[in-house]
Amino acid sequence: MTDTTTWITACRLDDIEQEGALRFDHQGRSYALYRAPDDSVWCTAGLCTHEAVHLADGLVMDFEIECPKHSGAFDYRTGEALRLPACENLKTYPAKIVDGEVRVALG
Amino acid sequence: MDAMVIIGAGECGTRAAFALREQGWDGAITLIGAEAGLPYERPPLSKPLAGAVHRKPICDDAALRAARIDYLPGVSATAVDAPGRSVRLSDGRRLPWHRLLMATGARPRRLACPGAGLARGFRSDADAARIFAGGTAGARVAIIGAGLIGMELAAALRVRGAEVAVVESAAAPLGRAVPPHLAARLHARHLAEGVTFHLGAGVAALEEGGVILADGRRIPADHIVAAIGVSPDTALAEAAGLDCANGILTDRFLCTSHAGILAAGDCASVRDEAGVARRSESWRDARLQAETAARNMLGASQAHVARPWFWSDQFDLGLQIAGRPSTDQAMVRRIIAQDAELSFHLDGGRLVAAAGLGPGNCVARDIRLAEMLIEADARPDPSALADPAITLKALLRTAKAA
Repeated sequence: MTDTTTWITACRLDDIEQEGALRFDHQGRSYALYRAPDDSVWCTAGLCTHEAVHLADGLVMDFEIECPKHSGAFDYRTGEALRLPACENLKTYPAKIVDGEVRVALG
Repeated sequence: MDAMVIIGAGECGTRAAFALREQGWDGAITLIGAEAGLPYERPPLSKPLAGAVHRKPICDDAALRAARIDYLPGVSATAVDAPGRSVRLSDGRRLPWHRLLMATGARPRRLACPGAGLARGFRSDADAARIFAGGTAGARVAIIGAGLIGMELAAALRVRGAEVAVVESAAAPLGRAVPPHLAARLHARHLAEGVTFHLGAGVAALEEGGVILADGRRIPADHIVAAIGVSPDTALAEAAGLDCANGILTDRFLCTSHAGILAAGDCASVRDEAGVARRSESWRDARLQAETAARNMLGASQAHVARPWFWSDQFDLGLQIAGRPSTDQAMVRRIIAQDAELSFHLDGGRLVAAAGLGPGNCVARDIRLAEMLIEADARPDPSALADPAITLKALLRTAKAA
């Protein structure tokens, strides 16, 4: 089977702190990239579903991202809203590491 | 039929209504809101987006229906019969309750000088709509009070092009809750943006077209806003005979002096373990108290533990403070960028508060970690706190291992 997904290089793995997040803007939209404690990478929509606050400024603990304003929290691997006031899940996008680069599929 | 009744549909009352259902209450829940429309969040009111006042509902109709919350907008409670366990409504109805939560909030404090009625307070979306409709390019706006709300309003109005003058009786802005070095940076930023300050200035009178200061100077103004703090709304509670002193007095479990009646949010003056009563006036505490109150209405005995934390946005700067910093505490500063810094406040070696100021939300993560350090009763090494190369996550791991 051929992989027809369009992968975009977002940054180098080292650009994201371990257990940290980084903002990534592409074609007028904003995303958040995450580097988990196990060095896996993940990508979600950039803005919290509760209010338009960028999640890349939030705190990453294990597999959880907490909104920097209202403390709503999500599992950044699945986008699941874990804590109020966030109640709507976050959109997620495939991400992978190739040769030390973080690649995302935003289609 | 046993019913839970909540007076006040702000952040606290609304959260309590949902929390009661989430925690398993199957009976009736009535939420009484004096304002029309859906319950809405107050913090965004002083931060208008793209010109429009931002009324963000806390929940929609569908959520209220799904949780079977009987929401009564535009209805106020006119009397509470504590021994008879009922509340009288402005539409003439009388609602019996099994447990009652007073979440009546607070009202803007009013000036006491002649002409005080010419100033608008800032609390509701109607206040915000009126103030931002008037505060357009070129309009002269005088803001009395340089606390958090006064300073946020000054910034928001200045960005819209208004000529803003801030009048404050103290010698410096933001004296109450913000460490002086950060207050000074915010003050400087306002000055650089062209906000005018009259500090150490008393207000003698308000008149059409201006503010007269105690020293006789006149500040011309097309619009005047009073941002001199809020008073807890205790009128109903006092009339019902509940103990009040700068708020409706409660114990640690948010129970008032009358069995079956609880109080939470801005209206409540909650005693801590040491017996000191305090009001919190913060968005997060309103929600935390709501959840504790809901549990205790259902028979639990959970003490409310205050976790003071707030944020303020002024121009592109974001301020966040966890705990209660005071000048009696030892302070350690950490510079995290040219325009962003943190301060840590220690009491006998224990971290008790942290404050941060920088563009956008860039200090949020560190303040959250500082809060976790505070909750872990950490006694971090001051030199490590000052060193930006040592992450707060690493200090947290050390504290948890200790």
